[in-house]
Amino acid sequence: MASLETLEQLIPQVRRDILRMVHQVNSGHPGGSLGCAEFFVTLYNHVMEYSTDFTMDGKNEDLFFLSNGHISPVFYSTLARSGFFPVAELATFRKLDSRLQGHPTTHEGLPGVRIASGSLGQGMSVAIGAAETKKLNGDTHLVYSLHGDGELQEGQNWEAIMYAGAKGIDNLISTIDYNKQQIDGSTDDVLPLGDLRSKLEAFGWVVFDVEQGNNIEAIILGLETAKAASGKGKPIAILLHTIMGNGVDFMMHTHAWHGKAPNDEQLATGLAQNEETLGDY
Amino acid sequence: MGLKEYTFTEKIDTRSGFGVGLAELGDKNPDVVALCADLTGSLKMDAFKNAHPKRFFQVGIAEANMMGIAAGMTIGGKIPFTGTFANFSTGRVYDQIRQSIAYSHKNVKICASHAGITLGEDGATHQILEDIGLMKMLPGMTVINTCDFEQTRKATHAIAEHHGPVYLRFGRPKMPNFTTDLPFEIGKGILLQEGTDVTLVATGHLVWEALEAAKILHELGISAEVINIHTIKPLDDALILQSAKKTGAVVSCEEHNFLGGLGESIARVLATNLPTPQEFVATQDTFGESGTPAQLMEKYGLNAAAIVHKAQAAMSRKA
Repeated sequence: MASLETLEQLIPQVRRDILRMVHQVNSGHPGGSLGCAEFFVTLYNHVMEYSTDFTMDGKNEDLFFLSNGHISPVFYSTLARSGFFPVAELATFRKLDSRLQGHPTTHEGLPGVRIASGSLGQGMSVAIGAAETKKLNGDTHLVYSLHGDGELQEGQNWEAIMYAGAKGIDNLISTIDYNKQQIDGSTDDVLPLGDLRSKLEAFGWVVFDVEQGNNIEAIILGLETAKAASGKGKPIAILLHTIMGNGVDFMMHTHAWHGKAPNDEQLATGLAQNEETLGDY
Repeated sequence: MGLKEYTFTEKIDTRSGFGVGLAELGDKNPDVVALCADLTGSLKMDAFKNAHPKRFFQVGIAEANMMGIAAGMTIGGKIPFTGTFANFSTGRVYDQIRQSIAYSHKNVKICASHAGITLGEDGATHQILEDIGLMKMLPGMTVINTCDFEQTRKATHAIAEHHGPVYLRFGRPKMPNFTTDLPFEIGKGILLQEGTDVTLVATGHLVWEALEAAKILHELGISAEVINIHTIKPLDDALILQSAKKTGAVVSCEEHNFLGGLGESIARVLATNLPTPQEFVATQDTFGESGTPAQLMEKYGLNAAAIVHKAQAAMSRKA
Protein backbone atom coordinates (compact mmCIF):
# COMPACT_ATOMS: atom_id res chain seq x y z
CA MET A 1 0.00 0.00 0.00
CA ALA A 2 1.63 3.20 -1.20
CA SER A 3 1.87 6.25 1.03
CA LEU A 4 -0.01 9.46 0.35
CA GLU A 5 3.26 11.06 -0.70
CA THR A 6 3.86 8.36 -3.27
CA LEU A 7 0.34 8.75 -4.62
CA GLU A 8 0.79 12.50 -4.82
CA GLN A 9 4.01 12.02 -6.76
CA LEU A 10 2.32 9.65 -9.18
CA ILE A 11 -0.56 11.95 -10.07
CA PRO A 12 1.31 14.65 -12.02
CA GLN A 13 3.41 12.00 -13.71
CA VAL A 14 0.33 10.11 -14.88
CA ARG A 15 -1.13 13.39 -16.16
CA ARG A 16 2.08 14.04 -18.09
CA ASP A 17 1.90 10.54 -19.56
CA ILE A 18 -1.70 11.13 -20.66
CA LEU A 19 -0.89 14.47 -22.30
CA ARG A 20 2.23 13.22 -24.02
CA MET A 21 0.57 10.01 -25.27
CA VAL A 22 -2.38 11.73 -26.92
CA HIS A 23 -0.23 14.59 -28.22
CA GLN A 24 2.21 12.21 -29.87
CA VAL A 25 -0.44 10.58 -32.04
CA ASN A 26 -2.76 13.58 -32.19
CA SER A 27 -5.66 11.45 -31.04
CA GLY A 28 -7.15 9.89 -27.95
CA HIS A 29 -9.20 11.01 -24.98
CA PRO A 30 -7.43 13.27 -22.47
CA GLY A 31 -10.44 14.84 -20.69
CA GLY A 32 -11.90 11.76 -19.01
CA SER A 33 -8.43 10.30 -18.50
CA LEU A 34 -7.26 13.35 -16.54
CA GLY A 35 -10.49 13.39 -14.54
CA CYS A 36 -9.85 9.84 -13.34
CA ALA A 37 -6.09 10.04 -12.69
CA GLU A 38 -6.49 10.25 -8.92
CA PHE A 39 -8.96 7.36 -8.91
CA PHE A 40 -6.70 5.05 -10.95
CA VAL A 41 -3.57 5.89 -9.01
CA THR A 42 -5.32 5.36 -5.70
CA LEU A 43 -7.08 2.17 -6.75
CA TYR A 44 -3.96 0.51 -8.09
CA ASN A 45 -1.50 1.76 -5.50
CA HIS A 46 -3.47 1.93 -2.29
CA VAL A 47 -6.61 -0.20 -2.50
CA MET A 48 -6.49 -3.21 -4.77
CA GLU A 49 -4.62 -6.42 -3.98
CA TYR A 50 -3.10 -7.88 -7.12
CA SER A 51 -0.06 -9.42 -8.67
CA THR A 52 1.84 -7.74 -11.51
CA ASP A 53 2.74 -11.28 -12.55
CA PHE A 54 -0.37 -11.12 -14.69
CA THR A 55 -2.70 -14.06 -15.27
CA MET A 56 -5.96 -13.78 -17.16
CA ASP A 57 -7.77 -15.80 -14.49
CA GLY A 58 -6.70 -13.45 -11.69
CA LYS A 59 -7.50 -15.95 -8.96
CA ASN A 60 -7.07 -14.77 -5.38
CA GLU A 61 -6.55 -11.15 -6.35
CA ASP A 62 -8.76 -8.13 -6.85
CA LEU A 63 -9.82 -7.45 -10.43
CA PHE A 64 -10.55 -4.22 -12.25
CA PHE A 65 -12.59 -3.72 -15.42
CA LEU A 66 -12.63 -0.49 -17.39
CA SER A 67 -15.95 -0.18 -19.16
CA ASN A 68 -15.44 3.28 -20.67
CA GLY A 69 -12.45 2.10 -22.64
CA HIS A 70 -11.77 5.42 -24.33
CA ILE A 71 -9.96 6.65 -21.22
CA SER A 72 -7.26 4.11 -22.02
CA PRO A 73 -4.41 6.64 -21.54
CA VAL A 74 -4.95 6.82 -17.77
CA PHE A 75 -5.39 3.04 -17.61
CA TYR A 76 -2.18 2.37 -19.55
CA SER A 77 -0.16 4.91 -17.62
CA THR A 78 -1.35 3.51 -14.30
CA LEU A 79 -0.68 -0.09 -15.34
CA ALA A 80 2.81 0.77 -16.55
CA ARG A 81 3.66 2.80 -13.48
CA SER A 82 2.28 0.00 -11.28
CA GLY A 83 4.67 -2.50 -12.84
CA PHE A 84 2.53 -4.41 -15.35
CA PHE A 85 4.70 -3.50 -18.36
CA PRO A 86 7.64 -1.19 -19.12
CA VAL A 87 6.88 2.52 -18.89
CA ALA A 88 8.73 3.01 -22.18
CA GLU A 89 5.96 1.11 -23.94
CA LEU A 90 3.63 4.07 -23.37
CA ALA A 91 5.38 5.63 -26.37
CA THR A 92 3.68 3.07 -28.63
CA PHE A 93 0.14 4.19 -27.73
CA ARG A 94 -2.18 4.03 -30.79
CA LYS A 95 0.68 3.16 -33.12
CA LEU A 96 0.91 0.26 -35.54
CA ASP A 97 1.81 -3.08 -33.95
CA SER A 98 1.35 -1.73 -30.42
CA ARG A 99 -0.14 -3.56 -27.45
CA LEU A 100 -1.56 -0.19 -26.42
CA GLN A 101 -4.48 -0.04 -28.81
CA GLY A 102 -6.71 3.02 -28.99
CA HIS A 103 -9.15 1.19 -26.75
CA PRO A 104 -8.00 -1.54 -24.35
CA THR A 105 -7.95 -5.08 -25.61
CA THR A 106 -6.76 -8.52 -24.62
CA HIS A 107 -6.03 -9.18 -28.28
CA GLU A 108 -2.42 -8.03 -28.10
CA GLY A 109 -1.75 -9.61 -24.71
CA LEU A 110 -1.14 -6.44 -22.71
CA PRO A 111 -0.73 -7.42 -19.04
CA GLY A 112 -3.39 -5.89 -16.83
CA VAL A 113 -6.21 -5.96 -19.37
CA ARG A 114 -8.80 -8.72 -19.05
CA ILE A 115 -11.50 -7.57 -21.47
CA ALA A 116 -11.79 -5.40 -24.53
CA SER A 117 -13.81 -2.23 -24.03
CA GLY A 118 -14.65 0.72 -26.18
CA SER A 119 -18.10 -0.04 -27.45
CA LEU A 120 -19.83 1.31 -24.38
CA GLY A 121 -22.07 -0.29 -21.80
CA GLN A 122 -20.57 -3.76 -21.65
CA GLY A 123 -18.17 -3.64 -18.73
CA MET A 124 -20.57 -4.03 -15.85
CA SER A 125 -21.92 -7.31 -17.17
CA VAL A 126 -18.38 -8.60 -17.52
CA ALA A 127 -17.50 -7.47 -14.01
CA ILE A 128 -20.58 -9.24 -12.67
CA GLY A 129 -19.54 -12.42 -14.45
CA ALA A 130 -16.07 -12.24 -12.93
CA ALA A 131 -17.68 -11.61 -9.52
CA GLU A 132 -19.93 -14.66 -9.94
CA THR A 133 -16.91 -16.80 -10.76
CA LYS A 134 -15.08 -15.51 -7.68
CA LYS A 135 -18.05 -16.61 -5.60
CA LEU A 136 -18.07 -20.05 -7.23
CA ASN A 137 -14.34 -20.36 -6.63
CA GLY A 138 -14.60 -19.33 -2.98
CA ASP A 139 -12.33 -16.41 -3.79
CA THR A 140 -13.08 -13.53 -1.41
CA HIS A 141 -11.27 -10.86 -3.40
CA LEU A 142 -13.27 -8.04 -4.93
CA VAL A 143 -14.14 -6.94 -8.43
CA TYR A 144 -13.93 -3.23 -9.27
CA SER A 145 -15.26 -1.55 -12.37
CA LEU A 146 -15.35 1.96 -13.78
CA HIS A 147 -18.05 3.44 -16.00
CA GLY A 148 -18.65 6.79 -17.58
CA ASP A 149 -21.78 8.62 -16.47
CA GLY A 150 -22.87 9.23 -20.04
CA GLU A 151 -22.20 5.54 -20.63
CA LEU A 152 -25.16 4.76 -18.39
CA GLN A 153 -27.37 5.81 -21.29
CA GLU A 154 -26.57 2.39 -22.78
CA GLY A 155 -29.39 0.01 -21.88
CA GLN A 156 -27.21 -3.00 -21.14
CA ASN A 157 -26.04 -1.23 -17.98
CA TRP A 158 -29.54 -1.35 -16.59
CA GLU A 159 -29.86 -5.05 -17.34
CA ALA A 160 -26.64 -5.50 -15.40
CA ILE A 161 -27.68 -3.17 -12.59
CA MET A 162 -30.97 -5.04 -12.23
CA TYR A 163 -29.19 -8.41 -12.19
CA ALA A 164 -26.55 -7.38 -9.66
CA GLY A 165 -29.16 -5.96 -7.31
CA ALA A 166 -31.53 -8.90 -7.65
CA LYS A 167 -28.82 -11.53 -7.27
CA GLY A 168 -26.92 -9.80 -4.49
CA ILE A 169 -23.56 -9.45 -6.23
CA ASP A 170 -21.91 -8.04 -3.12
CA ASN A 171 -18.30 -8.55 -4.19
CA LEU A 172 -18.59 -5.86 -6.85
CA ILE A 173 -17.73 -2.18 -6.45
CA SER A 174 -18.73 -0.21 -9.55
CA THR A 175 -17.59 3.39 -9.75
CA ILE A 176 -19.33 5.92 -11.96
CA ASP A 177 -17.11 8.72 -13.27
CA TYR A 178 -19.69 11.41 -12.50
CA ASN A 179 -18.23 14.34 -14.40
CA LYS A 180 -21.56 15.17 -16.03
CA GLN A 181 -19.96 15.57 -19.46
CA GLN A 182 -20.11 13.56 -22.67
CA ILE A 183 -18.99 14.09 -26.26
CA ASP A 184 -21.88 16.27 -27.39
CA GLY A 185 -22.06 18.37 -24.24
CA SER A 186 -23.19 18.10 -20.64
CA THR A 187 -25.18 14.99 -19.75
CA ASP A 188 -28.02 17.32 -18.79
CA ASP A 189 -28.13 18.66 -22.33
CA VAL A 190 -27.65 15.36 -24.13
CA LEU A 191 -29.85 13.03 -22.09
CA PRO A 192 -30.26 13.80 -18.38
CA LEU A 193 -29.33 10.92 -16.09
CA GLY A 194 -31.81 12.00 -13.44
CA ASP A 195 -31.33 11.04 -9.83
CA LEU A 196 -28.64 8.38 -10.22
CA ARG A 197 -28.43 7.60 -6.53
CA SER A 198 -32.14 6.93 -6.25
CA LYS A 199 -32.15 4.90 -9.43
CA LEU A 200 -29.33 2.67 -8.24
CA GLU A 201 -30.85 2.31 -4.79
CA ALA A 202 -34.17 1.38 -6.35
CA PHE A 203 -32.34 -1.45 -8.13
CA GLY A 204 -31.02 -2.70 -4.79
CA TRP A 205 -27.56 -1.16 -4.72
CA VAL A 206 -25.71 0.55 -1.88
CA VAL A 207 -24.54 3.93 -3.14
CA PHE A 208 -21.73 6.15 -1.85
CA ASP A 209 -20.98 9.61 -3.14
CA VAL A 210 -17.39 10.82 -3.27
CA GLU A 211 -18.00 14.53 -3.67
CA GLN A 212 -14.33 15.36 -4.17
CA GLY A 213 -13.51 12.78 -6.79
CA ASN A 214 -10.13 14.31 -7.57
CA ASN A 215 -8.96 14.30 -3.97
CA ILE A 216 -6.84 11.29 -3.05
CA GLU A 217 -7.89 11.19 0.58
CA ALA A 218 -11.56 11.45 -0.36
CA ILE A 219 -11.13 8.62 -2.86
CA ILE A 220 -9.37 6.44 -0.29
CA LEU A 221 -12.16 7.07 2.21
CA GLY A 222 -14.80 6.30 -0.41
CA LEU A 223 -13.17 3.07 -1.57
CA GLU A 224 -12.48 1.90 1.99
CA THR A 225 -16.09 2.62 2.94
CA ALA A 226 -17.23 0.66 -0.10
CA LYS A 227 -14.96 -2.26 0.76
CA ALA A 228 -16.34 -2.32 4.28
CA ALA A 229 -19.84 -2.51 2.84
CA SER A 230 -19.02 -5.48 0.58
CA GLY A 231 -20.12 -8.99 1.40
CA LYS A 232 -23.43 -7.86 2.82
CA GLY A 233 -25.80 -8.95 0.10
CA LYS A 234 -25.80 -5.84 -2.08
CA PRO A 235 -23.69 -4.53 -4.94
CA ILE A 236 -21.95 -1.23 -4.30
CA ALA A 237 -21.79 1.87 -6.46
CA ILE A 238 -19.58 4.89 -5.97
CA LEU A 239 -20.65 8.14 -7.58
CA LEU A 240 -17.27 9.71 -8.10
CA HIS A 241 -17.80 13.43 -8.67
CA THR A 242 -14.85 14.31 -10.87
CA ILE A 243 -13.77 17.25 -12.95
CA MET A 244 -13.17 16.35 -16.56
CA GLY A 245 -9.68 17.45 -17.62
CA ASN A 246 -8.55 17.88 -14.01
CA GLY A 247 -5.02 19.19 -13.51
CA VAL A 248 -4.72 21.04 -16.80
CA ASP A 249 -6.49 24.35 -16.36
CA PHE A 250 -7.72 24.93 -19.89
CA MET A 251 -9.09 21.39 -20.15
CA MET A 252 -11.14 21.52 -16.94
CA HIS A 253 -14.94 21.71 -16.63
CA THR A 254 -15.61 21.20 -20.32
CA HIS A 255 -16.41 18.38 -22.71
CA ALA A 256 -14.22 20.06 -25.36
CA TRP A 257 -11.27 17.80 -24.54
CA HIS A 258 -13.22 14.57 -24.45
CA GLY A 259 -11.58 13.25 -27.59
CA LYS A 260 -9.15 15.88 -28.73
CA ALA A 261 -5.37 16.04 -28.42
CA PRO A 262 -3.46 19.17 -27.41
CA ASN A 263 -1.20 20.89 -29.93
CA ASP A 264 2.47 21.60 -29.16
CA GLU A 265 1.79 24.81 -27.33
CA GLN A 266 -1.10 23.39 -25.34
CA LEU A 267 1.03 20.39 -24.42
CA ALA A 268 3.75 22.67 -23.13
CA THR A 269 1.21 24.56 -21.03
CA GLY A 270 -0.23 21.33 -19.65
CA LEU A 271 3.19 19.89 -18.83
CA ALA A 272 4.23 23.13 -17.14
CA GLN A 273 1.33 22.68 -14.77
CA ASN A 274 2.41 19.14 -13.84
CA GLU A 275 5.88 18.46 -12.55
CA GLU A 276 7.91 15.52 -13.84
CA THR A 277 8.17 13.54 -10.60
CA LEU A 278 9.14 10.03 -11.64
CA GLY A 279 10.64 10.55 -15.08
CA ASP A 280 8.80 10.77 -18.38
CA TYR A 281 8.71 7.65 -20.53
CA MET B 1 -22.86 -48.36 -56.21
CA GLY B 2 -25.32 -49.20 -53.45
CA LEU B 3 -26.56 -46.72 -50.91
CA LYS B 4 -25.67 -46.92 -47.25
CA GLU B 5 -28.78 -47.31 -45.16
CA TYR B 6 -29.27 -44.98 -42.23
CA THR B 7 -31.83 -46.06 -39.70
CA PHE B 8 -33.28 -44.44 -36.65
CA THR B 9 -35.39 -45.63 -33.79
CA GLU B 10 -36.99 -42.31 -33.03
CA LYS B 11 -37.44 -38.75 -34.16
CA ILE B 12 -36.28 -36.31 -31.54
CA ASP B 13 -35.33 -32.66 -31.46
CA THR B 14 -31.74 -31.47 -31.65
CA ARG B 15 -32.29 -29.15 -28.67
CA SER B 16 -32.89 -32.23 -26.52
CA GLY B 17 -29.47 -33.48 -27.57
CA PHE B 18 -28.07 -30.23 -26.22
CA GLY B 19 -30.00 -30.61 -22.97
CA VAL B 20 -28.79 -34.17 -22.42
CA GLY B 21 -25.22 -33.28 -23.41
CA LEU B 22 -25.17 -30.29 -21.09
CA ALA B 23 -26.44 -32.35 -18.16
CA GLU B 24 -23.79 -35.00 -18.81
CA LEU B 25 -21.13 -32.30 -19.03
CA GLY B 26 -22.30 -30.82 -15.76
CA ASP B 27 -21.62 -34.11 -14.03
CA LYS B 28 -18.28 -34.55 -15.75
CA ASN B 29 -16.74 -31.07 -15.69
CA PRO B 30 -17.14 -28.88 -12.59
CA ASP B 31 -16.02 -25.78 -14.52
CA VAL B 32 -19.04 -25.89 -16.82
CA VAL B 33 -21.66 -23.27 -15.94
CA ALA B 34 -24.88 -22.48 -17.76
CA LEU B 35 -26.75 -19.23 -18.27
CA CYS B 36 -30.23 -18.81 -19.64
CA ALA B 37 -32.37 -15.83 -20.59
CA ASP B 38 -35.80 -17.09 -19.52
CA LEU B 39 -36.00 -20.04 -21.91
CA THR B 40 -34.80 -22.87 -19.71
CA GLY B 41 -37.54 -25.25 -20.79
CA SER B 42 -37.25 -24.42 -24.48
CA LEU B 43 -33.48 -24.98 -24.37
CA LYS B 44 -33.91 -28.21 -22.37
CA MET B 45 -31.59 -26.89 -19.69
CA ASP B 46 -33.74 -28.09 -16.78
CA ALA B 47 -31.72 -31.24 -16.15
CA PHE B 48 -28.51 -29.23 -15.74
CA LYS B 49 -30.31 -26.64 -13.62
CA ASN B 50 -31.78 -29.24 -11.29
CA ALA B 51 -28.55 -31.21 -10.90
CA HIS B 52 -26.29 -28.16 -10.52
CA PRO B 53 -28.38 -25.24 -9.25
CA LYS B 54 -25.34 -23.27 -8.09
CA ARG B 55 -23.81 -23.45 -11.54
CA PHE B 56 -26.99 -22.38 -13.31
CA PHE B 57 -27.59 -18.64 -13.81
CA GLN B 58 -31.03 -17.39 -14.74
CA VAL B 59 -30.45 -13.88 -16.07
CA GLY B 60 -33.99 -13.04 -17.13
CA ILE B 61 -34.93 -11.51 -20.46
CA ALA B 62 -31.63 -9.67 -20.82
CA GLU B 63 -29.48 -11.34 -23.45
CA ALA B 64 -26.87 -8.58 -23.73
CA ASN B 65 -26.19 -8.84 -20.02
CA MET B 66 -26.06 -12.63 -20.32
CA MET B 67 -23.32 -12.48 -22.96
CA GLY B 68 -21.30 -10.04 -20.86
CA ILE B 69 -21.68 -12.10 -17.70
CA ALA B 70 -20.63 -15.20 -19.64
CA ALA B 71 -17.53 -13.40 -20.88
CA GLY B 72 -16.68 -12.31 -17.33
CA MET B 73 -17.26 -15.79 -15.91
CA THR B 74 -14.44 -17.19 -18.03
CA ILE B 75 -12.07 -15.04 -15.97
CA GLY B 76 -11.31 -17.46 -13.18
CA GLY B 77 -11.66 -20.55 -15.33
CA LYS B 78 -15.35 -21.25 -15.84
CA ILE B 79 -16.72 -22.54 -19.16
CA PRO B 80 -20.04 -20.75 -19.67
CA PHE B 81 -22.76 -22.13 -21.92
CA THR B 82 -25.39 -19.55 -22.79
CA GLY B 83 -28.82 -20.66 -23.90
CA THR B 84 -31.53 -18.81 -25.76
CA PHE B 85 -33.12 -18.80 -29.22
CA ALA B 86 -30.78 -18.32 -32.18
CA ASN B 87 -32.16 -14.89 -32.97
CA PHE B 88 -31.52 -13.64 -29.44
CA SER B 89 -28.16 -15.45 -29.33
CA THR B 90 -26.76 -13.58 -32.29
CA GLY B 91 -28.45 -10.61 -33.92
CA ARG B 92 -29.74 -9.15 -30.70
CA VAL B 93 -26.34 -9.27 -29.02
CA TYR B 94 -23.92 -9.03 -31.90
CA ASP B 95 -21.80 -6.25 -30.49
CA GLN B 96 -21.59 -7.89 -27.08
CA ILE B 97 -20.38 -11.10 -28.69
CA ARG B 98 -18.01 -9.22 -30.97
CA GLN B 99 -16.26 -7.16 -28.31
CA SER B 100 -16.65 -8.99 -25.00
CA ILE B 101 -16.39 -12.56 -26.35
CA ALA B 102 -14.78 -12.83 -29.79
CA TYR B 103 -12.31 -9.94 -29.71
CA SER B 104 -11.58 -10.67 -26.05
CA HIS B 105 -10.94 -14.38 -26.81
CA LYS B 106 -13.33 -15.60 -24.15
CA ASN B 107 -14.12 -19.27 -23.79
CA VAL B 108 -17.89 -18.87 -24.10
CA LYS B 109 -20.18 -21.41 -25.75
CA ILE B 110 -23.14 -19.67 -27.35
CA CYS B 111 -25.82 -22.32 -27.66
CA ALA B 112 -28.75 -21.41 -29.84
CA SER B 113 -32.00 -23.26 -30.30
CA HIS B 114 -34.96 -22.58 -32.60
CA ALA B 115 -32.63 -21.64 -35.43
CA GLY B 116 -33.97 -21.32 -38.94
CA ILE B 117 -37.40 -21.56 -40.46
CA THR B 118 -38.37 -24.84 -38.74
CA LEU B 119 -39.18 -22.82 -35.65
CA GLY B 120 -42.51 -22.73 -37.45
CA GLU B 121 -45.59 -20.98 -36.22
CA ASP B 122 -43.90 -18.15 -34.29
CA GLY B 123 -42.97 -16.57 -37.61
CA ALA B 124 -40.20 -14.41 -38.96
CA THR B 125 -39.43 -12.42 -35.78
CA HIS B 126 -38.04 -15.63 -34.29
CA GLN B 127 -36.86 -17.50 -37.41
CA ILE B 128 -33.35 -16.19 -37.87
CA LEU B 129 -31.85 -17.15 -41.24
CA GLU B 130 -28.80 -14.91 -40.95
CA ASP B 131 -27.09 -16.22 -37.82
CA ILE B 132 -24.51 -18.46 -39.48
CA GLY B 133 -23.30 -15.50 -41.50
CA LEU B 134 -23.18 -13.22 -38.48
CA MET B 135 -21.21 -15.71 -36.43
CA LYS B 136 -18.82 -17.02 -39.07
CA MET B 137 -17.66 -13.49 -39.85
CA LEU B 138 -16.30 -13.03 -36.33
CA PRO B 139 -12.56 -13.78 -36.21
CA GLY B 140 -11.82 -16.78 -34.01
CA MET B 141 -15.43 -17.95 -33.74
CA THR B 142 -16.11 -21.65 -34.31
CA VAL B 143 -19.52 -22.24 -35.89
CA ILE B 144 -21.33 -25.57 -35.62
CA ASN B 145 -24.79 -26.55 -36.88
CA THR B 146 -25.87 -30.03 -35.86
CA CYS B 147 -28.22 -32.39 -37.68
CA ASP B 148 -29.77 -34.64 -35.05
CA PHE B 149 -30.02 -35.43 -31.34
CA GLU B 150 -26.85 -37.50 -31.09
CA GLN B 151 -24.71 -35.10 -33.08
CA THR B 152 -25.89 -32.23 -30.91
CA ARG B 153 -25.16 -34.20 -27.74
CA LYS B 154 -21.66 -35.05 -28.94
CA ALA B 155 -21.04 -31.50 -30.13
CA THR B 156 -21.99 -30.16 -26.70
CA HIS B 157 -19.28 -32.34 -25.17
CA ALA B 158 -16.75 -31.45 -27.86
CA ILE B 159 -17.10 -27.69 -27.54
CA ALA B 160 -16.39 -27.86 -23.82
CA GLU B 161 -13.03 -29.43 -24.67
CA HIS B 162 -12.28 -26.79 -27.29
CA HIS B 163 -10.78 -23.57 -25.92
CA GLY B 164 -12.31 -20.52 -27.55
CA PRO B 165 -15.66 -19.03 -28.46
CA VAL B 166 -18.14 -21.32 -30.18
CA TYR B 167 -21.55 -20.82 -31.75
CA LEU B 168 -23.60 -24.03 -31.56
CA ARG B 169 -26.78 -23.91 -33.63
CA PHE B 170 -29.65 -26.36 -33.28
CA GLY B 171 -33.42 -26.37 -33.38
CA ARG B 172 -36.90 -27.37 -32.48
CA PRO B 173 -38.31 -29.94 -34.95
CA LYS B 174 -38.11 -33.65 -34.27
CA MET B 175 -35.57 -35.16 -36.65
CA PRO B 176 -34.50 -38.75 -37.33
CA ASN B 177 -31.76 -39.59 -34.84
CA PHE B 178 -29.31 -41.49 -37.01
CA THR B 179 -25.74 -40.46 -36.10
CA THR B 180 -25.39 -42.62 -32.97
CA ASP B 181 -22.55 -44.66 -34.46
CA LEU B 182 -20.84 -41.74 -36.21
CA PRO B 183 -17.91 -39.88 -34.70
CA PHE B 184 -17.99 -36.16 -34.02
CA GLU B 185 -14.87 -34.07 -34.33
CA ILE B 186 -14.93 -30.28 -34.61
CA GLY B 187 -13.86 -29.27 -38.11
CA LYS B 188 -14.19 -32.74 -39.65
CA GLY B 189 -17.00 -33.31 -42.08
CA ILE B 190 -18.66 -36.71 -42.37
CA LEU B 191 -18.94 -38.64 -45.61
CA LEU B 192 -22.43 -40.15 -45.36
CA GLN B 193 -22.85 -41.53 -48.89
CA GLU B 194 -20.26 -42.16 -51.53
CA GLY B 195 -21.23 -41.14 -55.05
CA THR B 196 -19.76 -40.08 -58.35
CA ASP B 197 -22.15 -37.70 -60.13
CA VAL B 198 -22.90 -34.88 -57.70
CA THR B 199 -21.93 -33.87 -54.17
CA LEU B 200 -24.61 -32.84 -51.69
CA VAL B 201 -23.04 -30.90 -48.81
CA ALA B 202 -25.57 -30.46 -46.04
CA THR B 203 -25.73 -29.02 -42.56
CA GLY B 204 -28.31 -29.06 -39.76
CA HIS B 205 -31.82 -30.23 -40.43
CA LEU B 206 -31.14 -30.54 -44.15
CA VAL B 207 -28.75 -33.45 -43.68
CA TRP B 208 -31.59 -35.94 -43.45
CA GLU B 209 -33.26 -34.30 -46.46
CA ALA B 210 -30.00 -34.71 -48.39
CA LEU B 211 -29.94 -38.42 -47.56
CA GLU B 212 -33.54 -38.71 -48.77
CA ALA B 213 -32.61 -36.79 -51.91
CA ALA B 214 -29.74 -39.21 -52.56
CA LYS B 215 -32.26 -42.07 -52.54
CA ILE B 216 -34.46 -40.31 -55.07
CA LEU B 217 -31.45 -39.50 -57.25
CA HIS B 218 -30.36 -43.13 -57.00
CA GLU B 219 -33.73 -44.18 -58.43
CA LEU B 220 -33.10 -41.72 -61.27
CA GLY B 221 -29.74 -43.33 -61.95
CA ILE B 222 -27.74 -40.49 -60.40
CA SER B 223 -25.03 -41.32 -57.90
CA ALA B 224 -24.95 -38.63 -55.20
CA GLU B 225 -22.22 -38.22 -52.63
CA VAL B 226 -23.55 -36.85 -49.34
CA ILE B 227 -21.33 -34.93 -46.95
CA ASN B 228 -22.43 -33.65 -43.56
CA ILE B 229 -20.65 -30.45 -42.67
CA HIS B 230 -21.51 -29.78 -39.03
CA THR B 231 -18.60 -27.37 -38.51
CA ILE B 232 -19.13 -24.46 -40.87
CA LYS B 233 -16.08 -22.72 -39.46
CA PRO B 234 -13.39 -23.91 -39.62
CA LEU B 235 -14.60 -25.61 -42.79
CA ASP B 236 -13.34 -29.04 -43.84
CA ASP B 237 -11.99 -27.75 -47.15
CA ALA B 238 -10.16 -30.98 -47.97
CA LEU B 239 -13.22 -33.20 -47.78
CA ILE B 240 -15.26 -30.84 -49.97
CA LEU B 241 -12.51 -30.45 -52.57
CA GLN B 242 -11.83 -34.16 -52.70
CA SER B 243 -15.48 -34.82 -53.42
CA ALA B 244 -15.93 -31.93 -55.88
CA LYS B 245 -12.93 -33.17 -57.82
CA LYS B 246 -14.58 -36.55 -58.13
CA THR B 247 -18.16 -35.49 -58.96
CA GLY B 248 -17.70 -32.12 -60.67
CA ALA B 249 -20.96 -30.69 -59.29
CA VAL B 250 -21.94 -29.47 -55.83
CA VAL B 251 -25.18 -28.62 -54.03
CA SER B 252 -25.01 -26.89 -50.66
CA CYS B 253 -28.00 -27.50 -48.38
CA GLU B 254 -28.80 -25.40 -45.35
CA GLU B 255 -31.65 -23.87 -43.41
CA HIS B 256 -30.26 -20.35 -43.79
CA ASN B 257 -30.09 -17.48 -46.22
CA PHE B 258 -27.98 -18.26 -49.30
CA LEU B 259 -26.10 -15.06 -48.46
CA GLY B 260 -23.61 -15.67 -45.69
CA GLY B 261 -24.28 -19.33 -45.05
CA LEU B 262 -22.51 -22.64 -45.57
CA GLY B 263 -23.06 -22.37 -49.32
CA GLU B 264 -21.02 -19.23 -49.63
CA SER B 265 -18.20 -20.75 -47.60
CA ILE B 266 -18.17 -23.71 -49.96
CA ALA B 267 -18.27 -21.42 -52.99
CA ARG B 268 -15.20 -19.60 -51.70
CA VAL B 269 -13.30 -22.87 -51.27
CA LEU B 270 -14.29 -24.05 -54.75
CA ALA B 271 -13.61 -20.72 -56.46
CA THR B 272 -10.13 -20.43 -55.02
CA ASN B 273 -9.14 -24.07 -55.50
CA LEU B 274 -11.31 -25.91 -57.99
CA PRO B 275 -14.00 -23.91 -59.80
CA THR B 276 -17.03 -26.21 -59.85
CA PRO B 277 -20.71 -25.68 -60.70
CA GLN B 278 -22.60 -25.19 -57.44
CA GLU B 279 -26.28 -24.76 -56.62
CA PHE B 280 -27.69 -23.47 -53.35
CA VAL B 281 -30.51 -25.05 -51.38
CA ALA B 282 -31.15 -22.21 -48.96
CA THR B 283 -33.59 -19.38 -48.44
CA GLN B 284 -33.35 -16.71 -51.12
CA ASP B 285 -32.64 -13.52 -49.20
CA THR B 286 -36.04 -13.50 -47.56
CA PHE B 287 -37.62 -13.52 -44.12
CA GLY B 288 -39.67 -16.51 -43.04
CA GLU B 289 -43.32 -16.65 -41.98
CA SER B 290 -45.75 -18.65 -39.85
CA GLY B 291 -46.57 -22.22 -40.79
CA THR B 292 -45.74 -25.78 -39.87
CA PRO B 293 -42.10 -26.76 -40.32
CA ALA B 294 -42.94 -29.12 -43.18
CA GLN B 295 -45.03 -26.49 -44.97
CA LEU B 296 -42.26 -23.94 -44.61
CA MET B 297 -39.54 -26.32 -45.77
CA GLU B 298 -41.56 -27.00 -48.87
CA LYS B 299 -42.53 -23.40 -49.60
CA TYR B 300 -38.96 -22.15 -49.16
CA GLY B 301 -37.37 -24.98 -51.11
CA LEU B 302 -35.57 -26.67 -48.25
CA ASN B 303 -36.54 -30.33 -48.68
CA ALA B 304 -35.42 -33.45 -50.52
CA ALA B 305 -37.38 -32.54 -53.65
CA ALA B 306 -35.64 -29.17 -53.84
CA ILE B 307 -32.26 -30.83 -53.38
CA VAL B 308 -32.97 -33.27 -56.23
CA HIS B 309 -33.93 -30.39 -58.50
CA LYS B 310 -30.76 -28.44 -57.65
CA ALA B 311 -28.60 -31.54 -58.07
CA GLN B 312 -29.85 -31.94 -61.61
CA ALA B 313 -29.27 -28.25 -62.26
CA ALA B 314 -25.69 -28.44 -60.99
CA MET B 315 -24.98 -31.54 -63.07
CA SER B 316 -26.35 -29.89 -66.20
CA ARG B 317 -23.71 -27.19 -65.84
CA LYS B 318 -20.76 -29.57 -65.80
CA ALA B 319 -18.20 -28.69 -68.44
